[in-house]
Amino acid sequence: MTDLSPSGATAKNMAYPLNAWYVAGWDYEVNRKKILSRKIADRPMALYRTEEGRPVALTDACWHRLAPLSMGSLVGPDGVQCPYHGLQYNSAGRCTFMPAQKTINPSAMVNSFPVVERHRFIWVWPGDPMLADAALIPDMHQMGSDEWAGDGKTIEVRANYQLVLDNLMDLTHEEFLHSSSIGQKELSESDIEVTHDDRTVTVSRFMENIDAPPFWLKNMRDKFPDFEGKVDRWQIIEFQMPSTICIDVGVAKAGTGGLTGDRSQGVNGYVMNTISPVDQANAMYYWAFMRNYRLESQRITTELRDGVHGVFAEDEEMLTAQQQAIVENPDHEFYNLNIDAGGMWVRRLIQRAVEAERSMMASDADLSDAKG
Amino acid sequence: MSQGTQLRWQRATVLSHRAAAEEIAEIVLAGEAPLFTEPGAHIDVRVLPGRTDSESVRSYSVVEGAADGSWVKVGVRRSPTSRGGSRFMHALKPGDALEVTAPLQNFPLRVGAPRYVLLAGGVGITAIHAMARVLKRLGTDYQLIFVGRSRPAMAFLEELREEHGPRLRLSVDDEGDVLDVHELLADVDASTEFYMCGPIRLMDAVRRAWIERGLPLPNLRYETFGNSGWFDPEEFELRIRGSERNTVVSSEESILEALERVGVEPMYDCRKGECGLCVVKAQQLNGVIDHRDVFFDEEEKSSDTKLCVCVSRVASRSGAGAEACGADSSAHARPSLTLDFP
Ligand code: FES
Ligand code: FES
Ligand SMILES: [Fe+2]
Repeated sequence: MTDLSPSGATAKNMAYPLNAWYVAGWDYEVNRKKILSRKIADRPMALYRTEEGRPVALTDACWHRLAPLSMGSLVGPDGVQCPYHGLQYNSAGRCTFMPAQKTINPSAMVNSFPVVERHRFIWVWPGDPMLADAALIPDMHQMGSDEWAGDGKTIEVRANYQLVLDNLMDLTHEEFLHSSSIGQKELSESDIEVTHDDRTVTVSRFMENIDAPPFWLKNMRDKFPDFEGKVDRWQIIEFQMPSTICIDVGVAKAGTGGLTGDRSQGVNGYVMNTISPVDQANAMYYWAFMRNYRLESQRITTELRDGVHGVFAEDEEMLTAQQQAIVENPDHEFYNLNIDAGGMWVRRLIQRAVEAERSMMASDADLSDAKG
Repeated sequence: MSQGTQLRWQRATVLSHRAAAEEIAEIVLAGEAPLFTEPGAHIDVRVLPGRTDSESVRSYSVVEGAADGSWVKVGVRRSPTSRGGSRFMHALKPGDALEVTAPLQNFPLRVGAPRYVLLAGGVGITAIHAMARVLKRLGTDYQLIFVGRSRPAMAFLEELREEHGPRLRLSVDDEGDVLDVHELLADVDASTEFYMCGPIRLMDAVRRAWIERGLPLPNLRYETFGNSGWFDPEEFELRIRGSERNTVVSSEESILEALERVGVEPMYDCRKGECGLCVVKAQQLNGVIDHRDVFFDEEEKSSDTKLCVCVSRVASRSGAGAEACGADSSAHARPSLTLDFP
């Protein structure tokens, strides 16, 4: 299950912290039309909204015979009815109706997971509900801000979620994997800087006075229609626990201060990524591309979304192939390069969180021992 | 317990054994495999070593467990009508081995309600203890009511008082302090969650008052071990319609056990009066049915046409507690019942 080796070798499949917020879906995917079925961190969940519009996540398995509640229907102001023998549950997961009897078995209930709607996503806490703190939801404020516009999609990746995080933390791969859109040789020629704290890791890369790759040239011309010449390009990748990566990207006319703070002569985008582990070999990858110029243009929003979708399809193909190769080469290790520094810090933070969850259990025990 | 599901039995060892109150033993067990528990969980124990039938199994609430699964603590009341279970448990000594299941959850505590009331009667505190501790740790608004016969008979009093201070309310019978259920429910609103474990009389009273007040039923959570009724257990005759296998049910066995003893094969699962799987039609009742289950509602109970044979009994109308039912106290012959067993 978990694959945390103390030897220093890098895990090919990472365990996931459970006491953490993960995206279960886009806000519009959770509704009163259809109960959504999603699995997060090995936990199947049924998602819907109450009549008041509050999102709810229940275990997607009925207390009685484990039929998926997501195949059932909505009943009452906040409940669901199991499709099989009709047991009903309220949004707290409490059974409220049983067929063929007048009382309700007092133990009948399904798990109700803590849920928060924020940044256009529905966030769910699969772990100990007592620890669910909405303040720990990653900052993705660009998703809902008036100063940013954009849209995104979901990719169902047949790979361990950590491979997606590795992919986003090291954009050197753009030069090779995305050569027709955003790749260029300066990516691997320029240095990266990696910083971190307890919950974040940041990788920055700046490229001065270079030709804009095709994707960025087009964006520059959306803002500055007759743009010609060299640009300064930046990528600031920020990881937030447990699995969100927001990347500040853009180019500005060379020498106008784009790398030091004045981005007025450039175009700035934010690639918003949040990845939810489904199980050890699958992940849901939610992303959006937000921009801070030409906010009114739906054309640009759609073109950017479809353009990035094309780029990410290249990543998806690689991640799936990589996971496949991992399965087929069980004895082969992962080796690391200096370009992996960001991803390695992410792995270390995640590993620490997983270990902390385990030792929290142990220290609880010490506490009650001391109390006698 | 869950007879129908595959339970994995494992060996456990007694780490310590002491008296937690008059007639209540506190037993700490270590399993072969880690025993992870949560508030409201119980373990099943084989109290008749060497046997694997239903009669050999008892459920005990987990009072507390090590977070690393290295031990669990259960509290066991010595029952005056022990069918062997509490006798076995009380006789254990440190180092003894026994067979147990991992903790099973039938009485889960949900976090997130604005207010909680926890009610424990007697040995019911074993199921409620861990819930109170969690609610305290979370800083939630809760009240803990502990009802008992007398202080020396109430387990864990000291630690409860230390942990819960003014949130703990004691109601001790022999101090003349009788719990007023209506008063208790007066400040309960529709968002309050109520968890109780204790004698059936207490729980019935709460359930009735709860329904009277129109409070939402799903917020009333309870668990019973079916070991207390309205009447003291007594002997009664059991006839099985169209069968030669009539018998006398002693005060120390259940109808279910008596049926198995004479070779009838009843269906059952929880053996706590919750699931309704053991329900059998009753006829030719001489006496009253002491419904000790929580499966039937009041109306079904008063019609006396069916009963849960795992916990319910027959009592003569002169039994202790008869006043509570407003029954007369004239003497009768041995009570009896005919079961319409298919
Ligand atoms: S499986 Fe859901 S009601 Fe039976
Ligand atoms: S066996 Fe469940 S009510 Fe009797
Ligand atoms: Fe990529």
